[in-house]
Amino acid sequence: MKFRAKIVDAACLNHFTRVSNMIAKLAKICTLRISPDKLNFILSDKLASGGVSMWCELEQENFFSEFQMEGISAANNEIYLELTSENLSRALKTAQNARALKIKLTNKHYPCLTVSIELLSVSSSSRIVTHDIPVKVIPRRLWKDLQEPTVPDSDVSIYLPVLKTMKSVVEKMKNISNHLIIEANLNGELNLKIETELVCVTTHFKDLGNPPLASENASQARNPEQMAEVHIDIRKLLQFLAGQQANPTKAVCNIVNNKIVHFDLLHEDVSLQYFIPALS
Amino acid sequence: MKCLVTGGNVKVLGKAVHSLSRIGDELYLEPLEDGLSLRTVNSSRSAYACFLFAPLFFQQYQVATSGQDPLRCKILMKSFLSVFRSLAMLEKTVDKCCISLNGRSSRLVVQLHCKYGVRKTHNLSFQDCESLQAVFDPALCPHVLRAPARVLGEAVLPFPPALAEVTLGIGHGRRVILRSYQEEEADSTVKAMVTEMSIGEEDFQQLQAQEGVAITFCLKELRGLLSFAESANLSLSIHFDAPGRPAIFAIEDSLLNGHFVLATLSEPYPHSQDLRSPELCRPAPQLQAHSTPLLDDFANDDIDSYMIAMETTVGCEGSRALPSLSLPPGLQPPCSPGPHSEEEEDEDEPSTVPGTPPPKKFRSLFFGSILAPAHSPQGPRPVLAEDSEGEG
Repeated sequence: MKFRAKIVDAACLNHFTRVSNMIAKLAKICTLRISPDKLNFILSDKLASGGVSMWCELEQENFFSEFQMEGISAANNEIYLELTSENLSRALKTAQNARALKIKLTNKHYPCLTVSIELLSVSSSSRIVTHDIPVKVIPRRLWKDLQEPTVPDSDVSIYLPVLKTMKSVVEKMKNISNHLIIEANLNGELNLKIETELVCVTTHFKDLGNPPLASENASQARNPEQMAEVHIDIRKLLQFLAGQQANPTKAVCNIVNNKIVHFDLLHEDVSLQYFIPALS
Repeated sequence: MKCLVTGGNVKVLGKAVHSLSRIGDELYLEPLEDGLSLRTVNSSRSAYACFLFAPLFFQQYQVATSGQDPLRCKILMKSFLSVFRSLAMLEKTVDKCCISLNGRSSRLVVQLHCKYGVRKTHNLSFQDCESLQAVFDPALCPHVLRAPARVLGEAVLPFPPALAEVTLGIGHGRRVILRSYQEEEADSTVKAMVTEMSIGEEDFQQLQAQEGVAITFCLKELRGLLSFAESANLSLSIHFDAPGRPAIFAIEDSLLNGHFVLATLSEPYPHSQDLRSPELCRPAPQLQAHSTPLLDDFANDDIDSYMIAMETTVGCEGSRALPSLSLPPGLQPPCSPGPHSEEEEDEDEPSTVPGTPPPKKFRSLFFGSILAPAHSPQGPRPVLAEDSEGEG
């Protein structure tokens, strides 16, 4: 198993840093999947994450000037590593004034992802910062749990409002109740609702627009005013929103009535899918 | 005693107090002929810090009012720091600061003369005490590093603020290496990230140390001095010796000097701390050259047997000659050898001071009393220990 990659472009480096900061906010421990064309940050829907799952994908050639990998075998040319996301974002934080950044899989008494950063220095000599991030190599037999989640057939698909606005609304609602209802219809309307014994608060977002539907049959059957809703844990939604620092290029929300809400975002060229299940 | 600080020096004094506050909870203030000395030590006696402000630093400096002995006092760090808490406020509004100590009153008076005729007077209670003095001599340390504080400040940036210990040493190609040090815990399944910073020799004004030497010390305790030195645009010198012996961090200019003496880890390094990376390793591990086999045994001895051996040094045959044992061959002990010498390092005796925190692997520094230099080892340990020190 081998992995070596290098970033020399400052913009690519900053972008990669932003991605890792986002992942660090979304998942404490995640899986990094390395394949010849892509890098994925994965959180699978285990009990530990409360059923939340995440799939983040980026094309390696958009970031790395050099990229070499060799998976565990020719037939299975992939590497799955489990790591603490905060370590990666902390390591990349020191790369703000870097001339070059190298990442490689190493074995220093235990497997590590070694991030080596050459800093710009006023003097002639360079300064080098090395971070050894401990990782766990995930064996082949567990890979099946870490595959791209299938996008469910949603009842309603809608474009999200400005995430920052959503976040501030949800933050205030969190103080009132842990239980949030997210509902939307094919008329571009999305509501965030909380209901307690004493008070009900609803925030209405209108004129959001709906993406063109995949299957024509489903759309014709459904009343555009009819809301599809999911009851979710508000903290999971807040964690997702807190992770989005910039407004994405594209943001779609897919709701399967009473089952699951699926967020499909595109930050420039990095795609992020986040699934929050309904409260049982 | 009366000292008057004016202008920008008020902020400098404030910054020094901030640096000291990161080390200890009590501030020892002593007006000397050389200047005003501010000292502190941490509760486990593994870090000592001292600033000395020369008389020229002050607009007015009076050691003692005529006829009186110079006073030495110990103040709660928290109280003294509260006077200088807001550095921004000091800079903007304070014109003068007057510190006076009158033997008759039991108060240290710190008066800030501010703009618009405002005068703030702080009356701080203090205790008389013995002089706090650590025994150390930078000139006797074989290894020296010196660099502008800015270089070292940048060097510690990649390390998280919470990181306690760091290893500093010389790696391959005479590069100065700083590496985060993690105590190896047998039962921990989650390993911590290891960060290493490597700086070229050219960034240092002085580099007198061979490849392979390294010491491990508490970074948190150093940060106070680093930030002071950076703000004052000074160079920082690091004088160190073999692992286990204290490292001295010093800054100096015409008006003041500062010394932070930190204990270093005395264990022979676990293999993971070899600062020369595996690919560039030299065939002969130079790190071992400093420690004689005897020293290795010694470092592994438990504390009690070391203590007992120390107390029976006088006139005992057959026991090891301790002063020479604790030093690598070729180095003279800094203090005069003999039964009345003040030893360089000592352990806290867990049995005598039950209230103090458990001794870390760091050896504690030994403090002698200036008033009574001749002490038999069997006598009461001349540590500055006040009986009330037990609460640690």
